[in-house]
This record gives sequence, structure tokens and C-alpha cells, in this order.
Amino acid sequence: MLTLAAIMIDGVIYASWLFLVAIGLTLIYGVMNILNVAHGSLYALGAYAAAWLVGEYFLAGWPPFASFAVLIVAAAAVGLVFGTVIERGLLRFMYGRDEIVIVLVTYAVFLILEDVMKLVWGVESYMPYQPRYLLGNVSIAGLPFVVYDLCLIGVAVVAGGLVWLGLNRTRLGKLLHAVIFDRELASAMGINVTRIFTGTFVVGAMLGALGGAATAPLISVSPGIGVEVIVIAFAVVVIGGLGSIEGAAIGALIVGLGRATAVHMLPEIELFIVFGVMSLVLVVRPEGLFGRRVVRKI
Amino acid sequence: MGGGGRTIPALLVTLAVLLAVHPMLPGWAVNMVGLSLANGLAVLGLLVIMRAGLVSFGHGLYFGLGSYGAAMAATFLGVTDAFLMIAIGMASAALVAFVLGFLMARYRGIFFALLNLAFSMLLYGLLVNSAVLGSTDGFSMPIPSYLGYAPVDATSRVSFLLYALICVLAFAAALVVHRYLQSTMGYIGEGIRENEVRVEYLGASVRRAIHIKYVIAAAITGLGGVLTVLLIGHVTPEDTVYWTKSGELVFVAILSGTGSVAAPFLGSMLFELVRTYALQYAPDLWQMLLGATLLAVIMFLPGGLWSVVRLARRKA
Amino acid sequence: MSTVLETRGLNKRFGAVIAAADIAIAIGPQEVVGIIGANGAGKTTFINMVTGYLKPDSGAILYRDREITALGPRAVTRLGIHRSFQIPQIFPELSVFDNLLVALGIAAETGITFWRPLRTPALTERAEEILERYRIDEYRDQAVGVLPQGARKLLDIAMAMVGAPTVLLLDEPTSGISADEKMAMMDTIMAVLAAAEVTVLFVEHDMEVVARYARRVAAFADGAIIADGDPDTVLGDSEVRTTVVGPELHRRG
Repeated sequence: MLTLAAIMIDGVIYASWLFLVAIGLTLIYGVMNILNVAHGSLYALGAYAAAWLVGEYFLAGWPPFASFAVLIVAAAAVGLVFGTVIERGLLRFMYGRDEIVIVLVTYAVFLILEDVMKLVWGVESYMPYQPRYLLGNVSIAGLPFVVYDLCLIGVAVVAGGLVWLGLNRTRLGKLLHAVIFDRELASAMGINVTRIFTGTFVVGAMLGALGGAATAPLISVSPGIGVEVIVIAFAVVVIGGLGSIEGAAIGALIVGLGRATAVHMLPEIELFIVFGVMSLVLVVRPEGLFGRRVVRKI
Repeated sequence: MGGGGRTIPALLVTLAVLLAVHPMLPGWAVNMVGLSLANGLAVLGLLVIMRAGLVSFGHGLYFGLGSYGAAMAATFLGVTDAFLMIAIGMASAALVAFVLGFLMARYRGIFFALLNLAFSMLLYGLLVNSAVLGSTDGFSMPIPSYLGYAPVDATSRVSFLLYALICVLAFAAALVVHRYLQSTMGYIGEGIRENEVRVEYLGASVRRAIHIKYVIAAAITGLGGVLTVLLIGHVTPEDTVYWTKSGELVFVAILSGTGSVAAPFLGSMLFELVRTYALQYAPDLWQMLLGATLLAVIMFLPGGLWSVVRLARRKA
Repeated sequence: MSTVLETRGLNKRFGAVIAAADIAIAIGPQEVVGIIGANGAGKTTFINMVTGYLKPDSGAILYRDREITALGPRAVTRLGIHRSFQIPQIFPELSVFDNLLVALGIAAETGITFWRPLRTPALTERAEEILERYRIDEYRDQAVGVLPQGARKLLDIAMAMVGAPTVLLLDEPTSGISADEKMAMMDTIMAVLAAAEVTVLFVEHDMEVVARYARRVAAFADGAIIADGDPDTVLGDSEVRTTVVGPELHRRG
């Protein structure tokens, strides 16, 4: 019973983390049809910026509890700056080209940003553990959990909820759906597709950076952290269906609970779970659990 | 496809030159040429499916199956002969590709790319969890013999034998792929890239064609994996099946261009050369250089380096 | 054997749209049937179903009294029913010559095709013949993606004819072609088809073209055949005049 409770809670925490890193990826794909490999870099940039700022913040001796705001500010700043630069400076010249070509372009951005981070922050690691320690531990069903980790669930729910509301309950969301449905038609109807693309990419980038910033207090931030994250995030969004927010949530839950089960019962197959589920889903439903299938017109 | 008639003589001349210059090359250069050709073979495999419009982000799967197949045969099954290792490595890659091919042939575009990525990461997960295979550290393999001939002096003669073997196999594979691309099956690949619907309406099976190409691609990339491990003598999951290796193969393929079977070797040679210097003098700028190059090729040189060669030839 | 191609009670819906309603038609050897109807009347859906690209919701398709309803495009093609497309389905980056070579290579496919070069003297010669027959030899070595629409249409049809079909379905062979070139182009096509003794169905919006080349006309409206018979009768039919012919004239004006 204790194991089951541990699996459930661990699983949901891990799923929240997965959802945070995957939601920006799926949003960008859903609106722009861009599978953004550089999402891994945005995650890492968010983590680095947060780690560095939190370090400076605590050195300055300012009130500790406001350090959570520092994490969020770091993520927003990274997303705004890098999102704008990548989309305006590069991706906009690629619209209309083959999906695979655009994937390669974002792969190039990923490679470049890997070294940019080394140049800016060096190769040693940062450990901004303070925000996580501040909140202490809590005991649930006799099992100890770190409160900060449980807060990730809340962050994921809020982030997911805001994106969902933005897409489905606002005027802007309606415009986005029009763009998703038919880019040219939307443009002809007077919708500023260019601005919507830039906005979507920046929001997606902010979400990626937020994933990194929220993770920074849990890990040692060092070169290469974006590498593994991007393939796992791919797996999550593919399982749920590329471009679907609900799908990303379900995909994250499946992978999160699956992984937690593996960790507690059969640690050897941990890495297997993610890609095992992804392969299985692609085999049965290539468009993912919540994806749409498109038939070519001839 | 233009200039197809000159490819084979040009490859033959290159082979002769590579074999002739061996005594003059310093050890590091021999090693570099060998590695470039082995890696070039892996990229040549990728070229076979890219000509049909399919890019795999997990082709390291087959590179790794070749490497691990050969190395495991040597270390755990007591296989000592290099040719047998090559056969085992290629067969492992081809066999897995044959099975997975039934599935892969149903996918295109990013789904094909990602499904390959998923299977390569599955193998990666398997390897890093296998203590007996040294998990992330991998394991070393003994020096092979060649048809019963076991070199005693493990430095000069081994390297010439292996070097010559790699050169000859690279040439042979290039020749086979060149002929293949000129055949009906090869042209069907062009058709699939350009317009699948028409290929089916001409009466050819797109799935069958992709399946066949997929297996050929895997076998050739597997060969590249075997030869690499024969050269290095050590195999790790990260250098063979991890997605960064797959990314590198795609990178070299795009850099080289898919216009000729010679292109992957040319691109691979350049890649190894630059990497050697970059890692020595500016290790923190290597990936940035890769990324910038990739962007430049995509934007200004969609046919890769090969389009420059073709242009130079046309002017000549 | 009096019919080559026959459909019985074909139905197809896309959501609320009825694309085919009880389509029954029987076509004899070497008939030349013009198919007319407004946009969305179900003409292309009909061709897509007959050639296996779409499966009907119900009904049957027979070729020489053999049911072929469940077959896909490749199997249908292999039986001898070929088609051309409203938007030419060709290989844009390959030259006209290579497009034809691929078609010829697939049609001639025998035994091992992995090693023998496609560019054999026999196939090359046949490709040259086809270029002349369809009057597209001037574009021989150009990438087809940059050709004028007329040449692309002709190549599309030439490729469909490579496998020597018994039945050929042409989906708007003259769409996108200027009015003064249409007749010349149809003359070229119909001469080749007549010489090859092919059964032809062609979708056409221009009633002059229909009247000139069709020996029989089937008019489609809302997924159903509303008239089927000799051209004068069908084109003179009052319902056809209001639903098809009138709007088409208007469209051209």
C-alpha cells in the first residue's frame, strides 16, 4: 500500500515536470507545425538563468521567499529574449518549407545554444538548492515528500490551465484556432498571422524556460542538461498527439506513472518505459492519443 | 544523377590513391582516414533512405547494432575473424531493420524520424542497463585476425590490413549503392520522395520499396559501425546509439548532400578533419560551429557540399 | 462481355456531405464517356473510388465482371485501370524524360531491379517515342516542376498510359489550359487513346470539349447521376441545363 501511494505521488510529480517541459513544445507544434529541437536549449537556458540569478539573489541577502519570483522572472526573460530572437531572426525565413527541414534548423539552433551556454556560464555546475530547502518536507501517508516537489504539481496545473483557457476561452484563442485550421485563409481574413506566430513561439519558449527554471533547484545545472530533456519531451508530446495540450497532459501522466512504477518495482527498465510507451503508441495510433489524422487531397 | 558515368572511375582512382599513400601517412592520419570512411559508410546508409525523402533521427540504432554485434561476437562468443565480425554486425543491423521495417514503412516525415529515434533510445536504454556490457562505459574487444592470419606486430601491419579493408569495403559499398540508385528500385525512391501517390498509381508498392531501402540503409550503416569498432577497439552506447550520434549522421548527410555516393565520404572526411582541430583548439565552440554550418548549408547550399563539386565539374 | 467497368449502388459520405449517391453505371469496351457536373458534384470522388484511393461506404465496383471494390490504387492499376489527375501527379524535381523512365521501369518490372540500370536502350527508346507522341519532346530534360501547365497535364496522362491500360480515367484533362489550346491538346490525347483502343472516362467542365469528344455523357449532381446517354440528349436535358450547363457557361463568362 505504501509503495502504491509512493508510486502515485512520485508519478504525479514526475508527470507534472514532464508536462511543464512538454507543453511549450506541443503548443508551438500545434500552432506553427514546428517540432522545436531547441526547446531543450530553452529549458537549459531557463535553468541556467534561474540558477545564476538565485545564486546572486541569496548572496545579496534579500528576503528568501521572494526567490520564487526570481525563478519566474528568469524564465520569462529567457523566453522573451531567446524566443523573439529565434523566431524573428531565423524561423520566419523558413515558413513553408518541409517540416523535416525546420526540425533541422531548430537542431542547428540547439547546437549553437549548447555552446553559448558554455561560453556564458562556463562548464562547472550550479546548484540553486535554496528555494527547495525553504519549503521543507511534509509527510503524506507516512512517506516524506519535499514540499517544493509537490508545488510542481500546482505549477503544472496552473500553466496548463492558463494555456488551455487562453486557447479555448479567449478571442485570441479563436484567432489561433483559425490559424491552425488554415493559415492562408486566416491571413486572408485579416488575422495577423506573423504576430500570432511570434507570440506563440515566445509563449512556448517561456514555458520551456519555466520548465528549466522550476527544475533548477532540484538538480545540478551543468552543460548538456537540455539533451536528454528534449528527447523525453518529444516522447511525451508524441504519445499525447503532436499539438494537443490535453494530449501532453495525458502523455505526461502515462509516462510519469509508468516511470514511477518502474523505479519502485523494476529500476532496470526505467529508461525503457518512456520510449517503450512512445513506440507502442506510434504503432497503434501514429497521430498520438489526441492527434488528428490528415488525408491528402488529390 | 548527372555525371553518373564518371562516378565509378573516380571512385576507383580514389581507392588506388588511398591505398598508395598509406606508407606516407602518419599514424593519426591513417586513423582519421579510416574513421572518416567508416563514418562515411554510416552516412551512405542514411543517404539510401534520404533519397526516398525519409530522414531518420535514430539511425544510430543501426550503427550501434553493427558495433555491438561485432564487438559482442568478439568478446563473448570468441569470434576472432574480422570478416565474420563484419558479417555478424551487418546481419544484426539488417535483421532488426527487416523486422522494424514492416512498421517504419507506414510512416513518413517527422513520424518516421521520431519512431526511429524512439527505437534507438530503446536500444540505448537496454545497453546502459546491461552491466555485463559495461553499461555507459561500454567494453573493449580483442584485436581480430584476418582469414586465419593473426598479425603479431600489433601496430603497423594491423593498421595497413584494416585500413585497406576499410578502403575496399567503402569502395564496394559505394559501388553497390551507386548501381542501386540507377536501377528501377533506386528511381522508385526518387519517385517516393517526389510523389508517392503517383508511384502507387504506376503500380509499384511504396511500402515494399521503403522496406527494402530501410534494410539496405541499415546494413550499410551497420557496416560503418563494425568498421568503427574494429578501428577503435572499444564500444560505448553514447558513441553509437545515443541520439546525438544519430544527429551527427544526419548532420554529415545534410552537409555532404545526397547527390552522389561519393558525397558522404567527402563530407565525413571534412567533418573528422575539422573536429580533430576544433576539439583541440576550441572545444567550447565545436557545437556552435556545427550549428552555424548546418544553418548555412540549409539556407545557402541545399544540395550540400556535393553541389559545389558538381558546379566545379560543370565549369571544368 | 459487354461491360468493362461497372459500378453498382456506390455511396460515399464525408460527414454531412453526400459525395456519392447510388451511382450505377456500366461502360462498354472503348466507350468514350464525358463526365460533367458542378464543383462538388462528386466527379473526382467517383474516380477516386473506382481507382481504389477511397473506399465507398457501400456498393460494388466491377472490372470485367470481377469485383474490385476492396482493392487499393496499386492493385487497380495492375489490373489495367489507370488515371490522370486534376493536379498533375508527377515527380517535380525529375526531368520529363526521367518521369517517363520511372513509369516505364515500373511497368516493365521483372525480376531483380536493384542492380540492372533503369536507363536501358530499350526503355530510353520508348521514352523518346512517348515524348514525340504527346508533343512534349521540347521539354525533354527540364525539371517538370517548372513546366507550363499544358505540358504537365500531358506528361501526367502520358505516364498513366505507359502501362497500356484498358480503362483510363482522366480528371479534368484541360483544367488550367487556355481556351485556344484546349482543343489542340485534346486532339493529341484523344488520337493516342483511340489508337490504343482504350476505354475512356473524362471529367470536363467545357461543354464544347464534351460535345466534341464524348460519345456518351454522364451528368453528376449532388453525388448522383442525373442523366446518362448520348451527348445531344444529355446536354439538351432540361435538368442538366439548369444544374450543370448553365452554371458552367456562367463560370466561363
